[in-house]
Amino acid sequence: MACVSPDGKPTESGTKMLRALKSGLGSPEDIAKDAGLPLFRVRSGLRELAEAGLANQKDDRYELTEKGAELIG
Amino acid sequence: MEQLQGQEARLPRIGEAAPDFKAVTTHGVLKLEDFKGQWLILFSHPADFTPVCTTEFIAFAEIYPELQKRGVDLLGLSVDSVSSHIAWVRNVEEKMGIKIPFPVIADLSKEVSLAYGMIHPGQSKTETVRCVFIIDDKQTIRTILYYPLTTGRNMDEILRIVDALQTTDKNAVATPANWRPGDMVVVPPPNTQEMAEERVKQGYECVDWYLCKKKL
Repeated sequence: MACVSPDGKPTESGTKMLRALKSGLGSPEDIAKDAGLPLFRVRSGLRELAEAGLANQKDDRYELTEKGAELIG
Repeated sequence: MEQLQGQEARLPRIGEAAPDFKAVTTHGVLKLEDFKGQWLILFSHPADFTPVCTTEFIAFAEIYPELQKRGVDLLGLSVDSVSSHIAWVRNVEEKMGIKIPFPVIADLSKEVSLAYGMIHPGQSKTETVRCVFIIDDKQTIRTILYYPLTTGRNMDEILRIVDALQTTDKNAVATPANWRPGDMVVVPPPNTQEMAEERVKQGYECVDWYLCKKKL
């Protein structure tokens, strides 16, 4: 996984996305701009974060889960 | 059509929807839909740690900033493992000082290669030939280039095609042979006699009614 390491911790790009979610951003486009990452990386990364239970998807938007919030402090 | 591993090798065509995929890459698991809204150049190479492919990866990395300016992402592919890809791109950075900024699909199952007709058994039954698929922001295939195993690709031509396609889309024109950005473009030929008569009065540079050019 590109955004979540095998030990379950977010990678650098995963952490950037989680922080963007914490700041209230929810669309992949806004998160890509905020995190300075390509849009395709953010779309796939958010999917991974959701699979790992660190983010929830609602339609085309994402939000941080409690587990995700705990990981970035 | 040629049979490979019991599957029919499909050859996509220009104007068709790009075949969907979900693939392991050096940047994680990517789907075609992750690139929606951006243009995408999907290209295959025969194998990691081979000389011509290494020169091509460096050349693709060099045009990457120009592609980004045009809203184009790059995605490589070969029938190698993700560990091999990672080792190779790290080697290219270490030995040649070039960071490979784009993801590379590890298509060990050949699923993507077969869907895009990248394996040409007359060249190799196990390696992909040098394919280039230019896919637009609506995920339609706009250009397909095939190069043999022994011939490295021309990056200027790839950039030129992207410029030509985007110019065509934006201005409803065509581009003549050897066109470069800034050159005159071809006005689409008229469909009726009336339009042909009007065409020659419209101030274009016309050789005759069917071949008119204009500046953008």
